[in-house]
Amino acid sequence: MKVWRNFVDLGAGLWTTLRQIGRISTVSYPEEPLNLPPRWRGRPTLTRDPDGDERCVACQLCSAVCPTRCIELQAGERADTRRYPLTFRINFSRCIYCGLCEEACPTLAIQLLDEFAFSKEHHADFIYEKDALLIDGTGKHPHYNFYRHSGVALGDKDKGQGINEKAPVNVRSNLP
Amino acid sequence: MRLFLMALGMLLTTMILLGVAGFLVFAERRVLAFLQNRLGPNRLGPLGVGQALADALKLMSKESFVPDFADPVLYRAAPVLVAFSALVSFAVVPLDQHFSWAGNWNIGLLFILAMSSLNAYGVFLGGWASGNKFSLLGAVRAVAQLVSYELPMGLALLGVVLLSGSLSLNGIVVAQNLPFIVLQPLGFVIFMIAGVAETHRLPFDLPEAESELVAGFNTEYGGMRFGYFFLGEYLGMTLIAVLTALLYLGGWHGPWLPGWIWLLLKTGAVIFVFFWLRATLPRPRYDQLMGLGWKVLLPLALFNIMATALAAALWRLA
Repeated sequence: MKVWRNFVDLGAGLWTTLRQIGRISTVSYPEEPLNLPPRWRGRPTLTRDPDGDERCVACQLCSAVCPTRCIELQAGERADTRRYPLTFRINFSRCIYCGLCEEACPTLAIQLLDEFAFSKEHHADFIYEKDALLIDGTGKHPHYNFYRHSGVALGDKDKGQGINEKAPVNVRSNLP
Repeated sequence: MRLFLMALGMLLTTMILLGVAGFLVFAERRVLAFLQNRLGPNRLGPLGVGQALADALKLMSKESFVPDFADPVLYRAAPVLVAFSALVSFAVVPLDQHFSWAGNWNIGLLFILAMSSLNAYGVFLGGWASGNKFSLLGAVRAVAQLVSYELPMGLALLGVVLLSGSLSLNGIVVAQNLPFIVLQPLGFVIFMIAGVAETHRLPFDLPEAESELVAGFNTEYGGMRFGYFFLGEYLGMTLIAVLTALLYLGGWHGPWLPGWIWLLLKTGAVIFVFFWLRATLPRPRYDQLMGLGWKVLLPLALFNIMATALAAALWRLA
């Protein structure tokens, strides 16, 4: 009886491997596009808010939290007293793509987007300046603007009814 | 003139066989990949067929290195012996009833068994002459395995010989009105298992078990000498597949298509089974291998012969 059991097991094993024909998991990457997850941590990028203003307010939190100290920026001030980065520099030959800068950023300006395959001949070429880092799009958060707020309910004033206040958005639809 | 033509024919046969062996190396990588959810080598040429050529070129262009501690003569002779014994066995393999070098030779099957024993010498001398403990262990395992599986294999073949009354491969195929797999199912199973062990293919690849013995008997080999071992292994596998097709699956008998195509199709199917087994089964322990050979296959093969002989005698009486 044990012998027959072995034959059944053998057949089951053979059938298992035969079923694998045609189920190929390999992605021939440069020829086939990769399907990256939406929260993929690629190269840190500076984004703009939906109105086209740059989101970064030069608070230095990303630079402070960066474990490899590869972010460096100088703050400037606009005529309407809002701060912005005069220079913004990331040394990608030191960046470890940990995503802490993205977590630290209060205005969702710095985001790790989907660019991951970039190589240079010299280390110096990995130092990206602000004009290379800042993109025109909004990144992972298409509708987010730090300065568009709905305030708090106060007395007979409801959320979003004060000066410069907007109606609140559904937080669940705001996820990346 | 006749001699020249013969030499040319031999050269051509050898080249074709070597080409087939080289192609099988590629085909195995591809088929294994498909059985394991991978793609396999698909870069060079259509479907990656050029990979076979690239591998051959790489092996041929490498230095033929002889280590200081190796026995220089035997070290050089062993791979040649392996490739030679596998190649020369094909002389008695008929592609069709009238298309072979020595298909009618009345000791054809015996000759193949003798050559597979010579093959064992090649493997053993290669491992021994390397002067390396891994090679020696691999060689010892190879010899023990080949000796213990040659026995059930020969006994299983005797069943076929009893039924067909001939030792020539041509005679055996001509005698198969019904493929012998129907009359000799037990013999077929024994022959297949022993055949896998004979060619030390994967479930039974203990002589070159890379996880324990680096590469077993061919640890010290490189370049084309390693290539000869490799070719010998794949030629041996082809030989076992052709033999299975000839002895048990009816050889060139089959409807509609010409005979040699039938033979090639059957051989290809058996080779696929070899690849398939490799993709599926893990390697047994060494004592399990020996136990299977001596305690299971040998008694079964003996029983098979007795039963076949009894049935044949009763058939003759009736």
